[in-house]
Amino acid sequence: MSAVPDLAPRTEEEVATALRNAAAPLAIEGSGTLLGMLRPVQAARTLSTRNLTGITLLRPQEMVVSARAGTTLAEIDAALAEGNQVLVPEPPDLRGLMGVPDAPPPTIGGLVAANLSGPRRITGFALRDAVLGIRFVNGAGEVLRSGGRVHKNVTGLDLCKLLAGSHGTLGVITEVTLKVGPAAERTATLVLPVADEAAGVAALSAALTSPYGVTGAAMLPAGASANGVDGGVAGPAALLRLEDVEASVTYRMARLQQLLPAGRVIEAEASRALWRAIRDVAPLAPGQEEAVWRVSVRPSRAAGMVAALRDGIGARVMLDWGGGLVWVAGPASAEAHAAVMAAAGAVGGTFTLFRAPDPLRAAVAVIPPEPPALAALSARVKAALDPAGRLNPGRMRAGG
Amino acid sequence: MIPLPAPKADVLARRDEILAGLRALVPGDGVITEPLRLRPYETDGLSAYRQPPMAVVLPTSTEQVAATLRFCHENGVRVVPRGAGTSLSGGALPLADSVVIGLMRMNRILDVSFTDRLAVVEAGVTNLGITKAVEGEGFFYAPDPSSQLACMIGGNVMMNSGGAHCLKYGVTANNLLGVKFVTITGEVIEIGGGHLDAAGYDWLGIITGSEGQLGIVTEVTVRILRAAEGQRAMLAAFGSTEVAGAAVDAIMASGVIPVALEFMDRPCIQACEAFAKAGYPLDAEAMLIIEVEGSLEEQDALLARIRDICARFDPISMRVATSAEESLAIWKGRKGAFGAVGRISPDYLCMDGTIPTGELPHVLRRIGEMSEAYGLGVANVFHAGDGNLHPLIMFDANDPESFRKAEAFGADILRLCVEVGGCLTGEHGVGVEKRDLMPVQFNPAELAQQRRVKSAFDPDWLLNPAKVFPLTDNPLLAA
Repeated sequence: MSAVPDLAPRTEEEVATALRNAAAPLAIEGSGTLLGMLRPVQAARTLSTRNLTGITLLRPQEMVVSARAGTTLAEIDAALAEGNQVLVPEPPDLRGLMGVPDAPPPTIGGLVAANLSGPRRITGFALRDAVLGIRFVNGAGEVLRSGGRVHKNVTGLDLCKLLAGSHGTLGVITEVTLKVGPAAERTATLVLPVADEAAGVAALSAALTSPYGVTGAAMLPAGASANGVDGGVAGPAALLRLEDVEASVTYRMARLQQLLPAGRVIEAEASRALWRAIRDVAPLAPGQEEAVWRVSVRPSRAAGMVAALRDGIGARVMLDWGGGLVWVAGPASAEAHAAVMAAAGAVGGTFTLFRAPDPLRAAVAVIPPEPPALAALSARVKAALDPAGRLNPGRMRAGG
Repeated sequence: MIPLPAPKADVLARRDEILAGLRALVPGDGVITEPLRLRPYETDGLSAYRQPPMAVVLPTSTEQVAATLRFCHENGVRVVPRGAGTSLSGGALPLADSVVIGLMRMNRILDVSFTDRLAVVEAGVTNLGITKAVEGEGFFYAPDPSSQLACMIGGNVMMNSGGAHCLKYGVTANNLLGVKFVTITGEVIEIGGGHLDAAGYDWLGIITGSEGQLGIVTEVTVRILRAAEGQRAMLAAFGSTEVAGAAVDAIMASGVIPVALEFMDRPCIQACEAFAKAGYPLDAEAMLIIEVEGSLEEQDALLARIRDICARFDPISMRVATSAEESLAIWKGRKGAFGAVGRISPDYLCMDGTIPTGELPHVLRRIGEMSEAYGLGVANVFHAGDGNLHPLIMFDANDPESFRKAEAFGADILRLCVEVGGCLTGEHGVGVEKRDLMPVQFNPAELAQQRRVKSAFDPDWLLNPAKVFPLTDNPLLAA
């Protein structure tokens, strides 16, 4: 962890100058929350965007906010709250999960670079979907824009999507413009005790295939709990959230309760606290020595995969996105990693090694290896944006 | 007229050899070369531009698409991908030396899972065809471009198509899980799948909306959604476009986001009413169509709120549909807007810029001034919630001067959209139509960066050439 970055420019032009003058590769970070994710970067010096701060555009009636990359998620959330709005994908604060609870708070640039989304992803919008526009500096030190500030824009190639989720390997994001949505008038959660993952995912699926507009569908397995929420919520339980105008939440909660077995309803701030915990993956609570994987699968295949991982490596899990997102905690070993890779691959899913000791992260494929044609394309796209390989070398794959 | 690159002489010289090679790859009647049978492929929805290709290939499998692309790459032949040919921006316009790869014969639905809320379909399945395949279980595919009866999902992916209901459900990019993608060298790559957010670069994101510049999509995995219990529309008419614009802002800021929020100006209202007899208020300067979803009681609650908001803006009239039939009647005029304008003018150009919604009154006033200056009528209909304008510029295609003026007027509108903080195209794509306006929105370094990404996929610029990127400074596409 680099507590003090070597370079922490205060303006976009300083970022560009730093990249133009860089004689050697740089590690690119925001606040550093996610440095334990993916592979350790092979660079001697670090450039952080944490000092590029401030909201630059806030137009509630246009449902848009722009902020420099180093602006904290908390500051953006607070500014949006004044206009009764939220970031629809509800990006998480993963400091707890990453084992760095005292690190500076996550920045919007870092979250976009990692394309991290919370429970509301299930409604159709990942953080990358909320990005309307982006300003970035490519590896050659050119300041560039893609997208804009309007909600519908198909002008040219969508480099916003390419930058989001590229973990600082294609460009240094300096400012983002995000689409926002209304804060719900009312929020309520149905907590359903279930027997196991199969039953839990079936309940989530029943709710998500109903017309009742569920905006959160997660599952706490046996042994997991969200403490401090309305007396505590313990697994195994399926959690279903409704967020909308008062009348809609009342009506739909009644309907959901007719559709599903009996459960209890958690309202308002208790419901919000529960979903913050889910968003931040708090119930997984990995031990300091454990590794964490994020696996994304077809929901109907989650329960079988979880059973296999539990038998194979003694994994503990938490499920979100209707069962399609499986957070896995287990031994930080090459064997366990191979087991997660195999389990995800067997059901046609994808995985990310989210947290592990450096030697393990450096030794294994932290995301699924690309077939040769795609690997060649990756290398050419990387070269198209970062010809000299200055940005975050080795972050996503060895040598790339 | 927008210039196209000169045909490659070496390709034209080897025409017979190339056609024989294609016939060997796609047997039967899958290769079209007779001039008369090429005619249907010479244009798309931008019918002012026409150019028959050298040949049309109609593959029935991903393997045939891959073989055709590999062959074209080896022979330096330009390729124009085509779905249903409904592009309004000339995205599927052929070149004289090109091979059109039409995907309409790849029209099978391969897999549907309601539990996982997805459908896997071939690229030539129509947009509405997906909904038809799942509506029996109460599901639908959300993006709904006006051409949804004809347009194909492969084309929707390539253009990142929108529609009237993307205010709530998003555009094509927000409703995809995966694609089968074929590169210019004929490599078949699986991107994404049945799960959300694949690790690695966002290939799905960069391919979506790439207008055939990067490769050809042959299969698509889409999210399907359970439909709401019902939907209902209301209509609110105002005495000025400014006031209607202010009402739009107030609705959007209220926290109640309708599923659709459409705006029509006076000329458009008049044309639609004459055509559809939908009961539109002929004394209004501007009219909103607002649709909400949910159970009957939810619809009542939401419409009451929106009605209260509109009432603060001194509406000339408001009408809340009391039945599904009345909603359909309200929509009938809007859905027929293009046809209605077609009845009062021999031809029209449909523009597609997007603006920040707060700029609406200013932009409509300026468009009105331009209309007078050019001496051409314009009717405005657009997706107000997201600021996506569709000015319909009326002209006479038999009069070259009228067409020239219409193109210039359209370009001025798009420059205005960029000037006020918007963009050249919200959902129709750049195509050939807006290609030479790209420098209005992007500076040279930005365009060069996009070109380098294009070159990473297609180093020889064989894929859909002469679209999206200006021809200047591109030796591979000299006019």
